[in-house]
Amino acid sequence: MDKVILSNEEQLEMYEEMLLARRIDERMWLLNRSGNIPFVVSCQGQEVMQVAASAALDKNADYILPYYRDLGVVLHFGMTVKEVFLQAYAKAEDPNSGGRQMPGHFGQKKNRIVTGSSPVTTQVPHAAGIALAAKMEGKSLVSFVTMGEGSTNQGDFHEGLNFAGVHKLPAIFMVENNKYAISVPLHKQVACENIADRAIGYGIHGVKVDGNDAHAVYQAVKEARERALNGDGPTLIEAVSYRLTPHSSDDDDMTYRTKEEVDQQKSIDGLLQYRDKLISDGILTQEKEKEMEEKIKQVINEATEYAEKAPSADPGTLGDYVYGKEGQ
Amino acid sequence: MAVLNYIQAITQALKEEMERDGKVFVLGEDVGPRGGVFRATDGLYEQFGEARVLDTPLAESAIAGVGIGAAMYGMRPVAEMQFADFIMPAVNQIISEAAKIRYRSNNDWSCPITIRAPYGGGVHGGLYHSQSIEAIFANQPGLKVVMPSSPYDVKGLLKSSIRDEDPVLFLEHKRAYRLLKEEVPEEDYTIPIGKASVKREGNDVTVITYGLCVHFAKQAAEKLEQEGISTEILDLRTVYPLDQEAIIQAASKTGKVLLITEDNKEGSIIGEVAAIISEHCLFDLDAPIKRLAAPDVPAMPFASPLEKAFMMNADKIEGAIRELAEF
Repeated sequence: MDKVILSNEEQLEMYEEMLLARRIDERMWLLNRSGNIPFVVSCQGQEVMQVAASAALDKNADYILPYYRDLGVVLHFGMTVKEVFLQAYAKAEDPNSGGRQMPGHFGQKKNRIVTGSSPVTTQVPHAAGIALAAKMEGKSLVSFVTMGEGSTNQGDFHEGLNFAGVHKLPAIFMVENNKYAISVPLHKQVACENIADRAIGYGIHGVKVDGNDAHAVYQAVKEARERALNGDGPTLIEAVSYRLTPHSSDDDDMTYRTKEEVDQQKSIDGLLQYRDKLISDGILTQEKEKEMEEKIKQVINEATEYAEKAPSADPGTLGDYVYGKEGQ
Repeated sequence: MAVLNYIQAITQALKEEMERDGKVFVLGEDVGPRGGVFRATDGLYEQFGEARVLDTPLAESAIAGVGIGAAMYGMRPVAEMQFADFIMPAVNQIISEAAKIRYRSNNDWSCPITIRAPYGGGVHGGLYHSQSIEAIFANQPGLKVVMPSSPYDVKGLLKSSIRDEDPVLFLEHKRAYRLLKEEVPEEDYTIPIGKASVKREGNDVTVITYGLCVHFAKQAAEKLEQEGISTEILDLRTVYPLDQEAIIQAASKTGKVLLITEDNKEGSIIGEVAAIISEHCLFDLDAPIKRLAAPDVPAMPFASPLEKAFMMNADKIEGAIRELAEF
């Protein structure tokens, strides 16, 4: 596939979405530290790969199975900022779970965002199942599933990729390699050099990209999608970046890594790199940037206020939706 | 009406459901050209083709997990675990995923999958081809666990399971596969999940059980009838969630209750049945609740004398009913 050229407008849209994810996440931390919301699990450092990958998909047809850091992915697929804050506040109107799940456990059927859980990697066989169903029904769509690099050690990673490989399913497996599984660094998780090399064992295409390079990620996902729809089977993409925050609001990352390391990574933050590129390419101006920031701030303020005031689920609904229609 | 054995009833239900609904498909190990190691999917590959009768890699978590994904998409997968003993790698998928998908998404998503698994012993299967695994799944709201006791019930309950909007674990007793035969209507019918069934009316002792033990209980009851002991038999049919009303009614009727399972005694399904009776029927009881179960050893051994000692049979049940009747 030839190198995809993104229009200025497309690039600005992507950047704005990345920035939105970052600003939402920053607000979440403020709300958490001020005692307003109980928990945050962050996307910071991974917005570039999340938005760039999503932009290469068809958000009106494809199914996504995000993991808990994928704020950029779900925003692109249509979850609103208000809805994101409703889940952070665990309010009744939260479309993900009505406040039943912890934040970051995304799911919204109307946007084909498939509901997920906390035991990691269980979504990988689901992605194979959705791709299988789409293939059986003759639909032109792919399933796109993400996970951290720690997840690639789980049995479900192996079982899901192998299944998808054997049946040549239209699935894209993207590993967001942020170098840490909570506190355990990459070299203590895997002995192989590249996560992408694991594709060889499943007889599928594997590719490693710089997760801070929006266009490289976009290109890799675009090619994977084309491969999937051509009947050439699934692709394993390893997108490498760095987790700029602790694992969650309950973690202290200074117990296992140094401030120097984190600061060094912050200086090569993909979001900043993309911003600088857009400015040097003359696509983003300081004026435009200011406009974006103001707009984002307003949307976040409104969403925060709305979510804070929104009612919680009535305890009387605790027993609802254990099963569907009765008397089957 | 044709006489079918237990496994033929399974095959017939699968075939009819696949003919009725193009979204129904089966997946599992050896379910394709081989027709299943027990022949449950015999002829389906020839009739419906490879796309709907899917031989999977040997990986139980994927069999369940891929099925769950397809079910969330809108298909009606029927996943086969070759032996219930091998379901353990899929427990995370069944309990953390299938059982919780509707609840965790606040009714946005659902997971209408049926997972079939042959359980039970008496077939020289040794420790790992004989186990009863239902108790592991019997405290998971969101999941239903169905365990039919006869070919007629198999057909009606399997159809209901496939049409159910929620995940169903459908456990088939592998000794029953060719042991139990009865007339099964050729036409379409369903049996409601969650409803127990009185398999025999009686006045002296109530037996509450499920699966193959219903057959052994019937044999014992027939013999005891000649001695003048009249036995009521309630077949739970669905072991989760339990039909509390039917249990209370059956226990209250005779006031003497024998609970039977092929599973190990402690922590089994019948412990919960005993709790329901204790809560609701204490003053209707004329004798302590009696439990007949396998010993609390890890699983059923291979050697015949050990297997027989572990396995439930009509003689053990006959003795227990008689004891209760004489109490």
